[in-house]
Amino acid sequence: MNSLTVYLFVALLIFCIGMFGLLQRRSLIGMIISIELMLNAAAINFMAFNRFLAPDPSVGQIMVLFIMGIAAAEAAIALSLILALFRKLRSINIEHARDLKG
Amino acid sequence: MQPVMAQYIRPEVVAYAVFFLVLLLTLGGALVAVIPKSIIHNVFGLATSLVGVAGLFIFLGSEFLAMMEILIYVGAICIAIVFAIMLSQPMHLQIPPRWRPKVAFSFVVSLVVFISFTVMVVRTPWEQAVRTSNDWGVKRLGTLLLTRYELLFELISLVLLVAIIGAVITAATASGEKTSESQGGEEGGA
Repeated sequence: MNSLTVYLFVALLIFCIGMFGLLQRRSLIGMIISIELMLNAAAINFMAFNRFLAPDPSVGQIMVLFIMGIAAAEAAIALSLILALFRKLRSINIEHARDLKG
Repeated sequence: MQPVMAQYIRPEVVAYAVFFLVLLLTLGGALVAVIPKSIIHNVFGLATSLVGVAGLFIFLGSEFLAMMEILIYVGAICIAIVFAIMLSQPMHLQIPPRWRPKVAFSFVVSLVVFISFTVMVVRTPWEQAVRTSNDWGVKRLGTLLLTRYELLFELISLVLLVAIIGAVITAATASGEKTSESQGGEEGGA
């Protein structure tokens, strides 16, 4: 509970679960969910280093705030892209989006 | 009240129990967010996992970030994903079965990443830097955001603004070439 390694392992597990989902899902929304998991793993890492190693405990919190802002922007853009793709293809399965395939 | 409670249950035991509950929420939610096929179950798993991450943030000493996590992730991003599901996914359609080799390959890749990062985490000698400040408060965060990190703060506001405008334009006009041509192509560049 009070050691850096525990938090690093939790973040690592979440990151690997997210990576597994990102590689294995075919629904675009499922891939977005996995990306959110991976971003959260990064945020946990920042907070753990901030708590145990960093000289100034405010810097890590500010970094996590920025990660949240970037994640919100990314989710908004990706969801609107999914809506546009769905209107065009009538599907959000990624294997149907192959218009650019040579 | 508290001393009487502390005679029967020691506070450390309660802290450990809560910590394992939070861990269970986080990891179980992450598994539910990835493994089931039904996309709405995945979103619920994601929300559970994010609540667990907020609990981890409390254990790491920052209540403010825990609140922001619940507010932004659970309150905004999960709801946005639910809206996208309702607007796009035909829930009644049959989901095609998974292609087994792809699942196996992704499992192997994430396992390799897990093992290599584990080796790195265990082998690195982590050293505590000299503390220059011990202030975890929101007041100091706000001061820093408006002094030392002001450029970053403004940049992220700009990024959010551009993202919102871009999202609205993408979702509003990119409905196939026919409609954008029939509108006279005024927003064709989008």
